[in-house]
Amino acid sequence: MHQIKSKLNGLINIRYAPPLLITLILLTGQFTFGILEGYKPILLSIGCSLLTEYFLSRVVYGKAKNLSSAYISGISVGILVRTTLLWPFAITAILSIMSKYVLRFRERHIWNPSNFGISWMLTFVPFSVAGLSIQWGNNIWPMFVIWVLGLFIVWRAKRLHITATYVISFILFSYLRSRITGDPFFTEVAPLTGPMYQLFVFFMITDPGTTVNNRNGQILVAFLVALVEFLLRLNQVIYAPFYALFLVGPAAMVIYLQLQKIHQSRMNFITKAKS
Amino acid sequence: MAKRNKQRIIKVIVTFIFAGILAVPVLMGYFTRQTATVTGTFAPAAAIKKFGFYFEEVSKQSGVNFVHHSPKLDPLIDPILPQIASVGASVSVCDFDNDGWNDFYVTNSCFGYKNALFHNQRDGSFIDVADKMGLADLNKAGSGVSMGAVWADYDNDGYEDLLVYKWGRPELFKNDHGKGFTNVTEKSGLPGWINANTAIWFDYDGDGFVDLFIGGYYREDIDLWHLKTTKILTESFEYSQNGGRNYLFKNMGDGTFRDVTAEMGLTSTRWTLAAGAVDLNRDGYPELIIANDYGLNEFYFNEKGKRFIEKGNSTMIGLSPKSGMSVAFGDTDNKGQFGIYISNITEEGILLQGNNFWVPIADKEKVLYENVAGKNGIEAGGWSYGSQFGDLNNDGFIDLYVANGYISGEKGTSYWYDYSKVTGGNSAIISDLKNWPDMKGRSQSGYQQNKIWLNEGTGHFRNVAKYVAEEETYDSRAAVMADLWNRGVLDVIVANQNNRLMIYKNNVDPANHWIAFDLEGVRSNRSAIGAIIELYWDSKLQSQVVTGGIGFSAQNQRRVQFGLGKSSKVDKIVIIWPGGTKQTVQNPEVDKIHKILEI
Repeated sequence: MHQIKSKLNGLINIRYAPPLLITLILLTGQFTFGILEGYKPILLSIGCSLLTEYFLSRVVYGKAKNLSSAYISGISVGILVRTTLLWPFAITAILSIMSKYVLRFRERHIWNPSNFGISWMLTFVPFSVAGLSIQWGNNIWPMFVIWVLGLFIVWRAKRLHITATYVISFILFSYLRSRITGDPFFTEVAPLTGPMYQLFVFFMITDPGTTVNNRNGQILVAFLVALVEFLLRLNQVIYAPFYALFLVGPAAMVIYLQLQKIHQSRMNFITKAKS
Repeated sequence: MAKRNKQRIIKVIVTFIFAGILAVPVLMGYFTRQTATVTGTFAPAAAIKKFGFYFEEVSKQSGVNFVHHSPKLDPLIDPILPQIASVGASVSVCDFDNDGWNDFYVTNSCFGYKNALFHNQRDGSFIDVADKMGLADLNKAGSGVSMGAVWADYDNDGYEDLLVYKWGRPELFKNDHGKGFTNVTEKSGLPGWINANTAIWFDYDGDGFVDLFIGGYYREDIDLWHLKTTKILTESFEYSQNGGRNYLFKNMGDGTFRDVTAEMGLTSTRWTLAAGAVDLNRDGYPELIIANDYGLNEFYFNEKGKRFIEKGNSTMIGLSPKSGMSVAFGDTDNKGQFGIYISNITEEGILLQGNNFWVPIADKEKVLYENVAGKNGIEAGGWSYGSQFGDLNNDGFIDLYVANGYISGEKGTSYWYDYSKVTGGNSAIISDLKNWPDMKGRSQSGYQQNKIWLNEGTGHFRNVAKYVAEEETYDSRAAVMADLWNRGVLDVIVANQNNRLMIYKNNVDPANHWIAFDLEGVRSNRSAIGAIIELYWDSKLQSQVVTGGIGFSAQNQRRVQFGLGKSSKVDKIVIIWPGGTKQTVQNPEVDKIHKILEI
């Protein structure tokens, strides 16, 4: 029994839980509503993500990386990018993965890969690319299942506080926006109930690679993402969450890594002085 | 050391490649904008020389000063009234008095405003005879407002009758030999209320009498002037099924219609905006294509008039949810096969559905269609409503006219942010009027120019709108093609929402030849609706179909017109009458309108 439990824990363990969840979201979306307009785009984005990751990890670091993060990026791109063309899926996926190898600070990449790729494309290719901004269907149950599983997995991954902070902040800011704009509260909360936000709160803002390491810092960053999103929404920016994370995420990482270095220098200095 | 240097070089190379890929979309955006901002100039002489035609807007000269008025509805709808009341401008062409000249009927959609029937005076002008004919005063409290109209000779007496579909009671008018119309709704068996946005006539069972399809948009139990609930909107923006029901009425041949919707398998309740019927598999029975807003389009195969089977998913046409707003059939590459054009929404950076053009793929196992709109250059319309195929320059290849524009409110404003905010939500939020922010006069995909896509002869199209006509950016809904002055060219009439009706007189290069056919059924329905003409000329083949309503809230002329380019000879035409009987006419004379009776 103990063995089974530990095997189960291993399965739900951090590395494979997010890919499993995003696969579940994809399959739920596809088999309940047929969200994919054919399989080519999603296969292309997953394929480009995996190949880019494999190739770059071999070339740059001389060893093949685990591909689960690239798989998540590929699926995110395949779901979140809306276009009638195929090439944007490839370009977005490649840009997303490459950003991990190029845009680095103190040996860490600072943008969430798919957030970087999608934000770039939404900004510079609006004539060919849009984001997923509509819900899949009216059935509340698939959404409920994904939320429950998603919350369970981020809890297991010890990242529930990030998702919770963001969601609570979003709701509070929705209320504030509603008071400012005069629009109904439910209108302001509405986006949170759609699939775009499921991907956003479970995969983007919780990405271990691009979040600061300490718990309080993570809570602060999640709050700041919601705050910047609030400001962008007041300015009627449709893809506010992507841009908010695009702006706040790397800034927070740079500050955190810089502070960490200063702290490390001090510690080294104190150690030296003591010795 | 060497290893570190190698790694550095690799990183520099990767960085350069990354910068290059980053630049691709930036440069593409730059060049796309540069191309888009090149202003075209409309010069008639240059247009004739380069494209073989140009349009001249002549509504005022023709005596047509019709202005459409949108409905005013329950005050609960007021915050988003421009969205809800965004349809109803329609136009339907018909020679109602059989004088050989096309007339047309247009609808208004506000209580107290009348519909109009413009009678062709044969001298370039039209006179509104709707009042005299009893077809004007149809927009009244209690019976709803007009959304469109379709003509067909439902009783086979030789004169085209009229169905006006409404957000309200559908009204059927019998044509009294071109002298007037009698409202025969009461005894027809049509229901008391449908919130309809489309209707077409077609003989689904081949019994020689045209039957009637009416597509519901809002549920039929909703009275938009007296709402009992604010939960009247779509439950989903992609998979909605809470719209009005559709109706198929079998023409019993005695002036009555029987509701056969359920027994024929047309029970869906999506938000229907358009429909079209044509015999795609040439088995003698027409298939039915339904374009739905907020969801999947439907492709109904006709099983010998006994039942319709929905095959949208397996044919690919109904695989992806979009905002289907019109249906048109076109043989764009002169292969004798009809492609299906369905208009949708394209708004840069926000919603890129693209208009679709579905063409059959040769497959031995099953019927499959492929969307080639992008490849053919007819994808990016705008907020597209009506679409019509027709050979505008008589060069032998059909062109495409697409009506664009949703809500032209205050310039420089946009409702899109608020729209996207709500549409991201769950059905409980989006279906309730209360949750929709006030539009406050803002625009949404407004001030868009219509597209005039010229077939370049290879199946690829080019938008020549800015070169062949003065720029106009009304919120266009219905567009029709008809030879208004029997000149052998297709003129275009456009019904604009809450605005003027426009008549575009077509001036075509006289060097291009043409031929046209007025068909009359004998065993088939007398209007010949559903008949397909295959024209063989210059070692090529063109196909066209007679429809009982096509596009969005529109009906083209009954006459079938072909451009022939420089060829002055037609080898033969083959008419495939409803039911599948073929009739061949050898070497018909060109530059002439032929009257052909079914043998």
